[in-house]
Amino acid sequence: MQVTMTVNGVEYSREIEGRMLLVHFLRDVLGLTGTHWGCDTSNCGVCVVWMDGEPVKSCTVLAAMAGGHEVRTVEDLADGAELDPIQEGFRQCHGLQCGFCTPGMLMTCRALLDKNPDPTEGEIREAISGQICRCTGYSSIIRSVRWAAVHEATSAREQQEVAAQ
Amino acid sequence: MSTTQDAKLTEFDDNDQKPIGFGRMLRKEDARLLRGRGRFVDDVQLPGMLHLAILRSPFAHATIVSIDTSAAEASPGVKAVVTGETLKGLGLAWMPTLSNDVQAVLATDKVRFQGQEVAFVVAEDRYQARDALELIDVEYDVLDPVIDVRKALEPDAPIIRTDLEGKTNNHVFDWETGDEAETDRVFASADVIVTEDIVYPRVHPAPMETCGSVADFDPVEGKLKLWSTTQAPHAHRTLYAIVAGIPEHKIQVIAPDIGGGFGNKVPIYPGYVHSIVGSIVTGKPVKWMEDRSENLISTGFARDYIMRAEIAATNEGKILAIRTNVLADHGAFNGTAAPVKYPAGFFGVFTGSYDLQAAHCKMTAVYTNKAPGGVAYACSFRITEAVYLVERIVDVLAYELQMDPAELRLKNFIQPEQFPYTTKTGWVYDSGNYEPTMRLAMEMAGYDELRKEQAEKRARGELMGIGISFFTEAVGAGPRKNMDILGLGMADGCELRVHPTGKAVVRLSVKTQGQGHETTFAQIIAEELGIPPADIDVVHGDTDNTPFGLGTYGSRSTPVSGAAAALVARKVRDKAKLIASAMLEVSVADLDWVKGSFQVKGDPGMSVTIQDIAFRAHGAGDLPDGVEGGLEAQICYNPSNLTYPHGAYICVVDVDPGTAEVKVRRFIAVDDCGTRINPMIIEGQVHGGLTDGVGMALMEMISFDEDGNCLGASLMDYLLPTALEVPDWETGFTVTPSPHHPIGAKGVGESATVGSPPAIVNAVVDALKPFGVRHADMPLTPSRVWDAMRGQATPPI
Repeated sequence: MQVTMTVNGVEYSREIEGRMLLVHFLRDVLGLTGTHWGCDTSNCGVCVVWMDGEPVKSCTVLAAMAGGHEVRTVEDLADGAELDPIQEGFRQCHGLQCGFCTPGMLMTCRALLDKNPDPTEGEIREAISGQICRCTGYSSIIRSVRWAAVHEATSAREQQEVAAQ
Repeated sequence: MSTTQDAKLTEFDDNDQKPIGFGRMLRKEDARLLRGRGRFVDDVQLPGMLHLAILRSPFAHATIVSIDTSAAEASPGVKAVVTGETLKGLGLAWMPTLSNDVQAVLATDKVRFQGQEVAFVVAEDRYQARDALELIDVEYDVLDPVIDVRKALEPDAPIIRTDLEGKTNNHVFDWETGDEAETDRVFASADVIVTEDIVYPRVHPAPMETCGSVADFDPVEGKLKLWSTTQAPHAHRTLYAIVAGIPEHKIQVIAPDIGGGFGNKVPIYPGYVHSIVGSIVTGKPVKWMEDRSENLISTGFARDYIMRAEIAATNEGKILAIRTNVLADHGAFNGTAAPVKYPAGFFGVFTGSYDLQAAHCKMTAVYTNKAPGGVAYACSFRITEAVYLVERIVDVLAYELQMDPAELRLKNFIQPEQFPYTTKTGWVYDSGNYEPTMRLAMEMAGYDELRKEQAEKRARGELMGIGISFFTEAVGAGPRKNMDILGLGMADGCELRVHPTGKAVVRLSVKTQGQGHETTFAQIIAEELGIPPADIDVVHGDTDNTPFGLGTYGSRSTPVSGAAAALVARKVRDKAKLIASAMLEVSVADLDWVKGSFQVKGDPGMSVTIQDIAFRAHGAGDLPDGVEGGLEAQICYNPSNLTYPHGAYICVVDVDPGTAEVKVRRFIAVDDCGTRINPMIIEGQVHGGLTDGVGMALMEMISFDEDGNCLGASLMDYLLPTALEVPDWETGFTVTPSPHHPIGAKGVGESATVGSPPAIVNAVVDALKPFGVRHADMPLTPSRVWDAMRGQATPPI
């Protein structure tokens, strides 16, 4: 079957089998290997991408179901050489070790900050509770999200001050 | 000694320090991993690449009567279907394990565990390969399985290893350490003897990336390229050469980015060999990537020890001796990855951190119809089991003596002046200073206040527990005089080359799976040579481009390869000194090394930097007599001893009296891993290990029903901790350098996985003290805690 979707702002049309999973479509068909695959059962969250702005587990979404929708993956977070604040937070606070769960974590945490720019520790834990990281023990991920929240608030304030002048 | 407490969750170092040497430094590898530009095995995409899927046994024990592959072969996209019979013809049906046993690459005669490899399909895409598996028709004759490890040696037990000539039982090995007669004598004269049966259930490392490989055999060159999820690329290459008969120089093993290992990626799995065979048979690159269920049911498990622990002490709480009897479940093949002279790994360190008069251990290992493995999950070669045993039985002793568990430990520690300390089982602890570590943990926890709070809560019927664990690890295997894996000595090579412009490349035999080698090894070279870490490229995980060595597991990278890196840098520095003396026209005796440059003694203005020296080494003009051009060196480091990190952990739990749910409220971890290279990375290693500990203590277990069906075959059934099950970790450290390691570092990768389970279990048992509970086995799930509260605690197996 023919599927057409927008991935990271680019429209793609491809002939695929109806049973193909979105994670395989992104990785094997489009070559976007930043999104990983980890469990098949929606437990681990390494495959999280955005569909129309909402984090979804791409191992349990058929590529066909993403037809006509906008998908965003980890490859779209950085703006050229400049990291998104959530990526910079992970870098500053050692929010990753092996890096395998990281793309999914980043997408979930970016979505959290877009909805809630000042999340508490508890809110961050809740937000990433559908994802498993075997390396970090989560504290540094929580710290990373807080880093991004604080720095985004600071830069927003600075922009307002510049605008006010 | 220095002692410090790490930052709290709400604090962060908002900086990008760039130390030339040791200190907090952001990781070099993060730039690609954060952008989705990591390159993991499943990301490898080669032109014409085919996909491989494995048909696995649905039964734990069955004879294979027949296999019909004709329908599968005719299935769309299928290029090859291979069975055990095919491999038999090639002499590849069996392969050696890391413990001198053999394991079936594909089953020929019978299957011996659920999930065992029976056939594989190579097809054009992953979906077609899976489809074809459904079309393979295997007729099995089901046999009685051996599932209950306690019955494995009964006279009427079915014999699992009928492939081993003359095998008439399920016995793998007996092993013994310590002095039995002396231990019995000390026990006979002791005031108090306490005995407890303790089970460490089977668990699984479950790295987020499952195991897999891409094999690309070039028939013209006769060269095999294998990308694989391996923690030990060089050891694997040697074994492939032995198994497949491909000359070793014609095999290149590449471990690209690895999505966590924890010991799961040390063994050679049949799937890796399948991909090699698949590529040779089809003439195309072949990718094999297992799914999560395959990872959980067939790859290296950990633990599965049934232990009887006995401790002898005086009435005043002086511990005299420990003895233990262990029944070890090794599954269907003995796939344990440990130095061959240590069939039970380093379990011999079960004497812990205490000054004993005697100790003795007897162990029997058996085959069962379960997946092979045995050493995995950040266990430091069975030290996890040893530490759990001693730290649990010491707590049981404290319970019986009605002593505070912290006080009991403090009373029995090996004293600083006793190091190097030879244990009653023959291990030589290199250095240690235990009391300050313990005191710091107690101070950070507010131990006395916690006990007061607990007393108040108990009076109100609330269940709060405080658990302590104090561990000594033995890591950095190891001295080649007594440690090898299949004859390969456990030394590690290192090569360092300084380019003309003063930038450098260092090549390692070990391989990161997330530990941050690209950063810490650059820091080691930077510390020794004064070249900034950003100017040092760390090459690893490619056997064509790195020196030989045994790889990363058992926390051995820093103790062995880290030492090699420091020493190779010193070798380069020694040569640089000769060149500097010529450049400055003074004798070498008149030069001082000030990190990054040589200065003339008493005249700091007269100096040359390492970068100046590098250019001179490669440049025109004369060099001192006998000095070759270039600035590079290589070494192979053979450690003279293991290193012995230690730590004090305190866990605080609350147990809901209504639901028996355990909540880990606080966890204080003070680690002493000797010299600290990058505190940020060390803290991360500890946090991850503590989370493993919560998983094992409260959630994780691979269990089987009576037919041998694995009941933990997905992440819905095998529970791993999420952010909701763990607290914000509180970490601190002390520093007792290793005397024989060139920079004094001891390794920290597994400390927390080893040290945390007993602290958590001790805390839960402490919470249940009002019910008269003195022991309960992991995993302490609500139902198992509920049973314990009612005096009905049962072993998990």
